[in-house]
Amino acid sequence: MKPYHRPVPKMWWLKRLPYFLFVIRELTAAFVAFYCVLLLVLVYKLGQGREAYEAMLVFLKTPGMISLNVVAGLFVTYHSVTWFNLTPKVMVVQIGEERVPGYLIAGSNYIAWLVVSGVLAWIIVAKNVCPAI
Amino acid sequence: MADLLKHDVVIVGGGGAGLRAAIAIAEESPEMDVAIVSKIYPMRSHTVAAEGGAAAVIKGNDSLEDHCDDTVGGSDWLADQDAVELFVNEAPGEMTRMEHWGCPWSRDPDGSVAVRPFGGMKIERTWFAADKTGFHMLHTLYQTSLKFDRITWYDEWFATRLLIDGGRCQGLTAIELRSGQLRAIAAKAVAICAGGAGRIFPFTTNGAVKTGDGMVMAYRAGVGLKDMEFIQYHPTGLPGTGILITEGARGEGGILVNKDGQRYLQDYDLGKPLDVNDPNHPVKKSMELGPRDRLSQAFIQEQGKGGTIETPYGHVVYLDIRHLGEKKIDKKIPFVRELSKNYAGIDPVDELIPVRPVVHYMMGGIDTDIHGTTVLPGLYAAGETACVSINGANRLGSNSLTELLVFGARAGRNAAAFAKNQGSHCTTIEKQADDEERRIADNFLDKDGGTERIAALRREMNETMEAGAGIYRTEESLKKTCEKLSELRERFADIKIEDKSRTFNTELLSAMELDNMLTIARAIAHSALERKESRGSHQRTDFPDRNDDDYLKHSIVCYEDGAHRIEYKNVVITRWPPKERVYGR
Amino acid sequence: MANNTMSFEVFRYRPEQEDEPTFQQYDVPYNSDWVVLDALNHIKDEIDGTLSFRWSCRMGVCGSCGMMVNGVPKLTCAAFLKDYYPNTIRVEPLAGFPVERDLVIVMDDFINKLKAIKPWIIRNQGEERAIEEGEYRQSPAELAQFKQYSMCINCMLCYAACPVYAKEQDFLGPAAIALAQRYNMDSRDQGRDQRQELVAAEKGVWECTFVGECSVVCPKHVDPAGAIQRGKAASTVDWYKELLLPRRGGTK
Repeated sequence: MKPYHRPVPKMWWLKRLPYFLFVIRELTAAFVAFYCVLLLVLVYKLGQGREAYEAMLVFLKTPGMISLNVVAGLFVTYHSVTWFNLTPKVMVVQIGEERVPGYLIAGSNYIAWLVVSGVLAWIIVAKNVCPAI
Repeated sequence: MADLLKHDVVIVGGGGAGLRAAIAIAEESPEMDVAIVSKIYPMRSHTVAAEGGAAAVIKGNDSLEDHCDDTVGGSDWLADQDAVELFVNEAPGEMTRMEHWGCPWSRDPDGSVAVRPFGGMKIERTWFAADKTGFHMLHTLYQTSLKFDRITWYDEWFATRLLIDGGRCQGLTAIELRSGQLRAIAAKAVAICAGGAGRIFPFTTNGAVKTGDGMVMAYRAGVGLKDMEFIQYHPTGLPGTGILITEGARGEGGILVNKDGQRYLQDYDLGKPLDVNDPNHPVKKSMELGPRDRLSQAFIQEQGKGGTIETPYGHVVYLDIRHLGEKKIDKKIPFVRELSKNYAGIDPVDELIPVRPVVHYMMGGIDTDIHGTTVLPGLYAAGETACVSINGANRLGSNSLTELLVFGARAGRNAAAFAKNQGSHCTTIEKQADDEERRIADNFLDKDGGTERIAALRREMNETMEAGAGIYRTEESLKKTCEKLSELRERFADIKIEDKSRTFNTELLSAMELDNMLTIARAIAHSALERKESRGSHQRTDFPDRNDDDYLKHSIVCYEDGAHRIEYKNVVITRWPPKERVYGR
Repeated sequence: MANNTMSFEVFRYRPEQEDEPTFQQYDVPYNSDWVVLDALNHIKDEIDGTLSFRWSCRMGVCGSCGMMVNGVPKLTCAAFLKDYYPNTIRVEPLAGFPVERDLVIVMDDFINKLKAIKPWIIRNQGEERAIEEGEYRQSPAELAQFKQYSMCINCMLCYAACPVYAKEQDFLGPAAIALAQRYNMDSRDQGRDQRQELVAAEKGVWECTFVGECSVVCPKHVDPAGAIQRGKAASTVDWYKELLLPRRGGTK
């Protein structure tokens, strides 16, 4: 008996689309981390005073940083969409003998996203219109 | 040959009966050392393909008496009534045990096990797990058996021969497929639970593994095979592939129609049809819920009248389940929908399923008594491999899954009891094992040349069996088949084996399986030739009536000195004297 | 009848003759009703009797005939030629497993994992029901909780699709975890704690990175990926419960 062990190809994730998309999805974590770091840096700069903060904003408006943010934005959106779409797998709600359809579970995540985004947008817009808020 | 392996009880076959036997021994006699020898991994056993359900009396409107009555009538009075009574009595306990082991039975709203109507039964008593009952039962049994460390598993070991010494069964030889090595296993008792042999026929619901190996092992050791002429054709198999469409579809109200859309069964003394929307439809023991032999015979007769539909894969009729509605179909018979879509290219929710009778089950098998004992001390048998007989000339649907449990447990228990009383293992059988090794080498592996392809001989065997020993037989057709089978047996000596290797040689396996099938085919054809009457699934157009005076008996075929010898044994009658077999009125 | 054929490239490995596998090409007559298994049987019956592969029921319920068809794990009894015609079909043994011979894999690891998760009904001491008491009551809703996970035919396509299992053979794997969940969620079972040691371990659910291909290839829609993620959620809840209510007992 001489079983043969087939080696796993190094580029296994390029062999099929689902595997490629999976690896991309995993890479989005890096961009999520990037945003977290960016947020922390902004808070830190804010703490350092008006000049430091405004210098940071100027830096962020450079073409390089804008491009990076756009790319990061796309990846993070992909991250969120894939995450929401997978929630029905983890959260199974059964009513009687039937399961609540997956799109409702995933949908509720999107709705929550919209609501939270809406509230934040309102705060920011209202703040700009009336700084007293 | 490598060292002799030793166990107290060896079970051949890891399907429903074999696993139940092993669990019975492991639970009740934990000191015993049990082994299961199976040519496939147990969850591949053909039990897995059974769909409709398993019968046992549990509901208030039912009675043991009724179950016996239905079974005896279904068997056309060839069943041994003491065996039937025992079977019916033990069935509810065995089935409840399955439930305790986790079998996911479909339920009534109150949480009790649900039952559905089935062919030939006056009252519904068929427990079901959607329409994958065999699958769920097999997996429940396999998974439960994994609890017991005392069970040794010989997965993918092909048993070839029983080893006999001192007039007793002392073990067996088996090829370990992985290495190709033949090994001898000494056993104080052997229980054969290796299934039937539907693959002898060209169109069958049976999987590749159903080649009668277990029956042949016993046969070649001098044990008789009982009632071999009784072959069950299941009325609703898919054309071409022969894939099973469960009787459960008819139990839920499905109907059979001919090319004119007419429920043709009413022309064949099976009752009168009710409208499908009538609350009493389907009427039990009538029309589509008649017994399988009568339905298959009706098909042939309807074909003769020109009422069937011709397709590239032979004639068919249609099974109509559209009126059940999508919801009921997806809940009760989802597998039927899946199979129809995949293998017949139609969605039964709005189309008709083409079906025809295909070989499904063998009522006959190794001659045993109600304890699973054979005439050879130390040898037991249960399941489709065996013939007790509770099925007689025709088996009712959903009795055989229950049979696996009742007689699997009994054979296991009795094998263990016998083994307990034996002394040490017999080691002189090693010489016989060496002979077996030489036989396999001489006839298969070391043989050069050979002109007959395995597949060609197999095809010719299939054709002659369907032509001469099918649903309707005559003396002429059977004689022709017997001759053809003798010819094939001779030509088999010139079989061509291209694969001479040892590691997982499936060509060797196919050749040995064909060898076994040719033997079983001849036993079937000869038994059919000798039974000059029509009863249940054995229909002779030259002897169209049932003849209780001469043939209320089991046939037992033995192989001795190169010839088949057929004897007859009386049927045990207790409380059901033979009478007319009536359905639909 | 048109004389159409299809080309098949079949993985061969004959350990007694060679150290490395090869591919062998066969021409098989094209029949629009045929599945890949029919083609393999045609090859074995008519062209080359030395080709070894497993099969039995040919109706998608025994789980024997799983193989890689053009790089995707499939039941060859359910892979229709017409979906590939007129392209070449490449047939290989299931990925992730050692090859014993030709298209036959060594499945010992899988069998051991099935056994390891205690796939049987476990009742607490003294809470077993006697046969005379009849069946455990289980409502249709309770049955629906675990029914899906009981449909696994042990075909191992999920293991072949899992890139984690390919690299990390100690991973318990989709089918084994789904089977553990089948029992965990069965209202008649009381053995979840006994299975958690293996299921909630590092090589259990936590090795899974939710690629999700196992559920995609599963021919019986068992959704092992879902079973695993639910296992992760349940295991996390267990952890917090133990942290906050350490004297609860029962939970590991």
